[in-house]
Parts: sequence; structure tokens; C-alpha cells
Amino acid sequence: MITVQDLTKRYARTTAVDHISFSVSKGDIVGFLGPNGAGKTTTMRMLTCFFPPTAGTATVAGFNVFEQPLEVKKRIGYLPEAPPLYLEMETIEYLRFVGRLKGLAGADLEKRIAYVLDRCAVADVKTKLLGKLSKGYRQRVGLAQAIIHNPDVLILDEPTAGLDPKQINETRDLIRSLAGDHTVILSTHILPEVEQICEKVIIISKGKLVATDSVHNLQARARGAESVLIEVGARGGEFAAGNVQTRLQKIAGVSRATLREEFQNGAVFEVEASKGQLVRGDLARAIVEAGWDLNELRPAAMSLEEIFLQLTGADASKKAEPSPEPAESTDAPAPEANA
Amino acid sequence: MKNIWIICRRELSSYFSSPIAWLLLTMYSVIFGWIFWNFLAEFIKQGIDMEMMGQSSPMNLNEQIIRPLLGTSSFLGLFMIPLISMRLFAEEKRNGTIELLATSPVRDIEIIIGKWFSATLLYCWIILFASINFLFLFRYGHPDWKPMLITLLGVFLQGAALLAIGTFISTLTKNQIIAGALTFGACLLLWVFSWVSSYDSSSWAQVFSYMSVITHFDTFDRGVLSSKDAIYYLSVIFLGLFFTARSMESLRWRS
Repeated sequence: MITVQDLTKRYARTTAVDHISFSVSKGDIVGFLGPNGAGKTTTMRMLTCFFPPTAGTATVAGFNVFEQPLEVKKRIGYLPEAPPLYLEMETIEYLRFVGRLKGLAGADLEKRIAYVLDRCAVADVKTKLLGKLSKGYRQRVGLAQAIIHNPDVLILDEPTAGLDPKQINETRDLIRSLAGDHTVILSTHILPEVEQICEKVIIISKGKLVATDSVHNLQARARGAESVLIEVGARGGEFAAGNVQTRLQKIAGVSRATLREEFQNGAVFEVEASKGQLVRGDLARAIVEAGWDLNELRPAAMSLEEIFLQLTGADASKKAEPSPEPAESTDAPAPEANA
Repeated sequence: MKNIWIICRRELSSYFSSPIAWLLLTMYSVIFGWIFWNFLAEFIKQGIDMEMMGQSSPMNLNEQIIRPLLGTSSFLGLFMIPLISMRLFAEEKRNGTIELLATSPVRDIEIIIGKWFSATLLYCWIILFASINFLFLFRYGHPDWKPMLITLLGVFLQGAALLAIGTFISTLTKNQIIAGALTFGACLLLWVFSWVSSYDSSSWAQVFSYMSVITHFDTFDRGVLSSKDAIYYLSVIFLGLFFTARSMESLRWRS
């Protein structure tokens, strides 16, 4: 459905997107993951024909974004980071305008309006001015305008940014429910969001592609070395964190145990296992057998930053030295330009 | 064509759902009406005076009321045009709605013409609305309606040309105030260019004088339909919209 080949966008001094290639097949729901300024918005704007790439090609539904932008635009629904709403219009008036702009008319248009009003749960504000809507409603009207012409591809730029937790969940549910009919690409910098919604992830950092993989594989990759947090307590009152630490370190497969936090009758340790070793059972047994209490044992959640460090940092240290001409610095954050 | 109309309609409804259209309509009508009242009062006083003195020099509604009034209104348009055109693109750029337009299956030129046309329609509507005053002249007198229509056409053409320039300036910034100020400056400049012809007749002076919108309004003002001057206005419209299209394109390449 979407094929991207060596897509590049250079500004005067920075390279916002640097030779990115990936493909998305029909019906996929893909997360576009990266920290702020990684080039997510820039890539999406090239896919939606908002501006042309400096180099490389991208095709959407078989049409080249540079050569046949009108055909591509007909097949794409786009929700920019800030929903593009005319604040002086009513919801239904706005949807009618966007629908007409996308080529709908007559009974078809009214049918689609009724459908998206219902689907995006904005029917109750259909005669309200957009300027008076809350952020959550605005976001949903933004989604409604993106799907009004039933596009093959939906491109959503940080659809949950700035919403409260309840709205975030609602929006995620909505996006997931749309996946059946549309191919969806959504950008985000929140890892759990990708875990919840997407099947496939494309990670970019500083304009470069870091990984494209399924969510499952990515998690496995990121947690290659298992790391767990355990809270150990002692009822007797005699508790020495050092003892526990040495005991933990003796367990086969544990590469490191560090004290994270210590309180009166207990402490929290982070235990890292060597790659491929599952040590949770052994840890639990060892602690109980030694007469301590095992209060908590949970995998240390990997933050996106840590995954990035792992995925980018490792690569960089390997490549940086032998490479004769180091890649041009793209340190400056890509201007998420307000065009 | 259909897309132009879709864009134009939205722009018009946005003019009228914000106070801007109503404000302009009211203020323009008040000022126009006040000037009309003054011209009319003077005309009547002159008529009475002449009757009392037993003179009977010819009096003409067209020459003494309609023509000076429409001449003034073409001048008043200078102040109105920046207020109409400044928001066209600047507002979209600030609100991010330009992303919706630029990623919808419509051509840039359709967006531009739709927007410019809506501004021109609003401008013509305001002038026509104020021109209701003239109906009184037709009710109680017999002015010639043909030169009046031609002068009106001149006012419309001049407005459409300046609005095309304003549309272009509006793409340059996302700040409406800056767009408005620049447009006002450009309108005034195109106005005062004609002054050079009063003391200088070198070829440079002629060029500046030709560039001035007011030079070309003169023939329309006299009630003469001149294709030469109509072509001047049409070329300014074309040039303004052409630059707007280039500006939008460069926006895409640069941003």
C-alpha cells in the first residue's frame, strides 16, 4: 500500500529525513516511533504531498507522491499534529466542507457525514462551533475529517498528544477499530501506545531509520537482557542490604545486581540477567529460601529512551570508529516546521 | 471549477461568521451614506440658490453626485482592501488549516482563485450595498445609469486588482497584522505613483504613472469603457494570483 524508497528531506542546514526506506502493506496498522524532532512529521508530510521530498521516492496505493499528488491525496486521510479546524465553523458545516473538498457530494456526502459523526462520537456536538469544543472533541473531529472520504490510507500525526488519559484510551480504541478498513500509520513518541495499537513499528531517530519490526520482535529485542526489579523485605528486623545483594549475585545467570533504594526493613534491587537467561524463578526461590520476604518482583519496564539507547547507541559505537567519513551531523533537531 | 466554488463559499461564510464582514459593511455604509448626504445637500442648496437668483445653468446628478461619490469610494477601498485580504492565507498558516487544504485533492490554483474571488465578492457586495443610496436619485431624478455602471465596474476592477496583490502578500506571513500593513502600503504606493505625472513627463514618470491604479481609474470615472485600462486591471489580477501561486509553491519547497 505504501512504499518508501530512500526518502530524504534536506533543509538549508539540516537533514530532517535521511534515506528512509520501508513499506506498509494493506490493512496494517503501523506505529511511527521516534523522539521529538526525529523526522516523523516531515516524513508524514512528504507522504501526504504537503511538500515534496528532496530525494527518493514514495508511492501510496501505487501512485507516486511527486508525480501524481492529486491521486495520492484522494486516497489519504491526514490528521496533522494540530487538528486543522476552522474555529468559526460548526462541526457539521466543517465536515461538509472537507467532504466536498475530498470530492464527495449529494446523498453520498450526507451518508458519510452521518457515519463519521457516529463513528468518531461527535454527533452530540454537530451544531457547536469548533472553537468551543474541548481538546478531546477537536481531536475526534480531526479524525472524522480524516476518514470522511473513506481513504485507503490514514496518516495520523501524534493523535493522542495533549489528551487526558480517558480521551487517550478512547482515541486509541477508535484508531484500532479503524484499522480493519484502512491502512493506518500513526506517529508517536509513547511506546505503550505502539504496544497497544500497532502491529508493526518503524523507529526513526535523527532522521535515520533505526528499526522496522513487529511490536513483538521489538520488545524481545529491546529486552534481550532481562532486567527485573525486586523488593526484598525482612520481618525480623535484621536486614542488611549488602547480604541480599551478594546472595543475588551468586545466582547463576545473574550478571549484575544493584541496590536501587533502601528503606527501614527492605530494599529494592535491580537485577540484570545475562542474555537469554530467565532467572525470575531462581531469584524468588533464593530469596525465600534465605528467609527473606519477597514483596515484589516485576520486569523493569524499558522506556523508549532506553530502547533508543540500545538500538541507536550500540549501532553508533560500532560504526563510528571504522567509518572513514563519519555521517554528517544531524544533531540539530529537525525543524518541525510550521509551514 | 467546482473546487473553486467550494473554497470560495467557505471563505464567504467565514467572513460573515466573523465580525469582519459586518463591521466593514456597516462602517462603509455609514461613511458612504454621510458623503452621499453631503453631496446631495450641496446639490440641493445650489439648485435653490440658482432659482432664487434667477439663473439657470445646467445641473447634472451624474457629474455632481454619482461621479465624485464613486471616486471617493474607490479611495475608501484602499482602507478596506487590506482588512479583507490580510486573513486569506495568513490565518490558515497560523491555524494550521493550510495543511488540510494542501493535502486535499485540489490544485493550488483552485485554492488561490477561490480565496481571491471570495474577497472580491465581499468587496463588491459592500460597494453595491452602499450604492443603494443611488436609488433615491433614480426615484426623484433622472441620472444616466450607463456611465454609473461603468464607474462601478471600474471600482470593482480596481478592488479586484488590489485584492489579488493582497492575496499574494497574505501568503508571505502568518501574521495578519503584517499582511494587512504591507497590503495597505502597497495599495497606497500604487495610488501615489500617479502623482509623478503632474510635474514630470519623462519616460520614467510615465512608467510610474502607468503602474498607478488611479491613472487607469480615470477613464472609468469619466464613464468611458476603455479596454486598455480594463486590461491593466486584468493583468494586475493575473500577476497577483500568479505570484501567489509561486509563493505557495515555494512554501512547499522551503518548509
